Amino acid sequence: MYMFKYVMKRLGLMLFTFAIIFTMCFVLIKLLPIPTNIMPGQDPEIVYKTLEGRGWIMNPVEGENGVWTYDRVPVFKQYATYLIRVFRDGDFGIATTFREYANKNIWDVFVSHLPPTILINIYSSLIGVPIGIGLGIIAALKKNKWQDQVINIFIILLISLPSIVLALAIQYFLCFKLRLFPIEMSTSNDYFSWPVFHSMLPAVFALCLGSIAGYARYTRAELSEVLTSEFMLLARTKGLTKKQAIMRHAMRNSMVVIFPSILGEFIAVLSGSLVIEKLFSINGVGGLYLKSINYQDYDFFMLLSGFYTLVSLTAGIVIDISYGIIDPRIRMGAK
Amino acid sequence: MDMKKINNINDIPAEKFRLANREDTSHDKKLETKPLTYFQDAFRRFCKNKGAVVGAVVISILVLFALIAPLFTPFTPGYHDKKYMYATPKLPIAEELGLDFWDGYKKKTEVNYMTYLKDYALGLELGRDVIKDGEYTVDDNGMYTYRYDTYHGVGFGKYKKVSFQEYEDIQRYQRETGRQVLYPVVALNDRPTHLKNAEDANIYYVTENPAAATIRPKLDADGNIQVNYWKYKEGTTLSALIVPYDSQRIEGEDGVQINGETYYYVYGRNLGGSVEVRADYYEYYTYYHTQVEKDGIEEPLFLFGTTEEGKDIFACLSYGARFSFIFAILVAVVNLVVGVIWGSISGYYGGKLDLAMERFCEVLGAVPTMIVITLLKYHLGGTTPQALILFIAFFATGWIGMAGRTRMQFYRFKNQEYVLTARTLGAKDRRIMFKHIFPNAIGTLVTSCALIIPSMIYSETSLSYLGIINLEAGERTSVGTLIAAGQKAIIIPGAAYVAIFPCVFLIMLMLSFNLFGNGLRDAFNPSLRGTEG
Repeated sequence: MYMFKYVMKRLGLMLFTFAIIFTMCFVLIKLLPIPTNIMPGQDPEIVYKTLEGRGWIMNPVEGENGVWTYDRVPVFKQYATYLIRVFRDGDFGIATTFREYANKNIWDVFVSHLPPTILINIYSSLIGVPIGIGLGIIAALKKNKWQDQVINIFIILLISLPSIVLALAIQYFLCFKLRLFPIEMSTSNDYFSWPVFHSMLPAVFALCLGSIAGYARYTRAELSEVLTSEFMLLARTKGLTKKQAIMRHAMRNSMVVIFPSILGEFIAVLSGSLVIEKLFSINGVGGLYLKSINYQDYDFFMLLSGFYTLVSLTAGIVIDISYGIIDPRIRMGAK
Repeated sequence: MDMKKINNINDIPAEKFRLANREDTSHDKKLETKPLTYFQDAFRRFCKNKGAVVGAVVISILVLFALIAPLFTPFTPGYHDKKYMYATPKLPIAEELGLDFWDGYKKKTEVNYMTYLKDYALGLELGRDVIKDGEYTVDDNGMYTYRYDTYHGVGFGKYKKVSFQEYEDIQRYQRETGRQVLYPVVALNDRPTHLKNAEDANIYYVTENPAAATIRPKLDADGNIQVNYWKYKEGTTLSALIVPYDSQRIEGEDGVQINGETYYYVYGRNLGGSVEVRADYYEYYTYYHTQVEKDGIEEPLFLFGTTEEGKDIFACLSYGARFSFIFAILVAVVNLVVGVIWGSISGYYGGKLDLAMERFCEVLGAVPTMIVITLLKYHLGGTTPQALILFIAFFATGWIGMAGRTRMQFYRFKNQEYVLTARTLGAKDRRIMFKHIFPNAIGTLVTSCALIIPSMIYSETSLSYLGIINLEAGERTSVGTLIAAGQKAIIIPGAAYVAIFPCVFLIMLMLSFNLFGNGLRDAFNPSLRGTEG
């Protein structure tokens, strides 16, 4: 029961944090001048009426010399309108200054950019997590032997090398010199076809190197600590073989720390890496965010920043709660 | 009265005192080793860690590079010359050392005969190795491969218009230095007529078809290129279009002999208000920077090559590195000060105050840095320098980690006996916090500071790479801007060096800071050794 209470408390706190951040973002964005520049071929009246319809401005009036004047709507009234639309209609607004998607539903645009980001991150986790854990296990079991030293150097190199440099090196050697992969990701929407998968691979490699290093490092540290603890000695003295002792006792205990971060990683696949997406021209959420910043399309900014905040908050909470679920010794929130 | 007298030790006569221990010796042995303070001990442990020492040495080399290199290069990040775009790295002594990478040449592969001939003709006229040592290989398809000089290969570019005064000045410069800047021009009706080539000053030879888009030199019977300079016969009155020339001539002072007559080449064509010349850009550049600009640049020599915009990578990298270091240290110090104050108050007093402060940190810490920067950019973008925006953004989210660490340390120490003792003796809160607890926490904090600096430089790099922050303004630039330029360049054959230099810098920086930081952590907290790999 206390577990349930704890989870509810954490969820509540998370929603509270999220609400504060989201409101702050909204207020700060709405304090900015409203982008009313009329693009060529646009009817000013339509633009102003649209803005009025979205609840951003009031009483737009065309002056004698074609200059439009309007009144600002109080920020919190706008916020109320925005929230009502989001919760009642699932309407996050339409793109205004983001020309590529002008007048399109922001939510649809956002959803259409999700698959590349998610797929690349899932592939990279699927490759990176097992390899990383495997390397960590080898290193821990062969501690201070040459295998451990080699893996350790590999880990230190991968952790210290900035991912931007690694990704550039992959792009240069695999894509440009050896021509094994296309330099940029294919723009096709057929995400599960071979050419698209093939063009995703360099980005997947670039992403998974980081998680390989991370998991190898954690697994090595955790497992080597567990291997030296006393219950391992007990397990051997009561007659288990080394293999049995490692499989049944050491591994399970070391996973207590590693498993939650795997869960967290699978939540974080949604957000992805902006640098990798830009470098390999992946048409994902990161690219959408970067572009919407440049276009100053505020509704995009609201949706995407809310999304990023929510993903990172959720990943954190999932990691924390899963500790309690997989390790019965950890009693979260217990008095 | 009596008691008071005894209590006052000064009033007791000296002869009444007796030594308590006649032997005047102590049975305790004096410690023979020198006492070590905590920091001396940490320093000793640090020095034992070879990786950490190497890291420290590399860091100091990088810092020295960032501080000193800008003083030794005449180039600045603001300098750019599009003519020398993608000039390859050139080290004056590279040829003696046999370093192909650094000799200022780049490998041209799969080049057709016409391109080869063009480079060859240019080298012939300038008397330079535009094609390194004149060596080339031809494959079965008739494609040429050779090493091409990216400095002299720029050649003449387009026909150049100079003022009469500059024309005279260049002639004076030529007489004084013996360098050849101006070369004979080709008469207007001898030039190629195709729009693409009409302005091309590199074509000084007779062409097979002046109207063709691709120029093919017309070779004579021996297979040599025939020069097509505009010339006039000695003694004839000069056409009004020919501007007199009184400096060294490539044909020699006696002119050229054709059928027993002496001819002189024409070096300047009168365009009315200005003179049209063919200027060897390499020499013209030298002339321009030493005589006109006087900005300390003596010749085009780019140690690390140039970018697409013709910026000197060496200068950009050293200025960018200097900015990165100063910026990162500044942010780290500010974060440290604010974080320590916040964390020590929160950790020391605990209770409701701590809870409120923690909630505040939690909310602030949950805002992704990207969003903070975007909002700051929207609100301050127009007027505030981008570096300041970045500073505020790093500060806004950066001090939280430091505060958390300080809070942990305060929780660890605040209930220990020595703190209780200090409190019992009447020490004030502030004294306990900063005299008794803080010095114990300093090791951990210094370590995290050392680890924060590279991550800061890295985030700055990725933000400039993403184009969210543009630190390239005037005489400033950043490593990330260079890496973005490098990424554009890697798909251009022979231009990978644009990415290599900033990447090597970043790698060395991150590696050495990681080694250094881990060494510091082990030195200050020997019990943590190895727990984080």
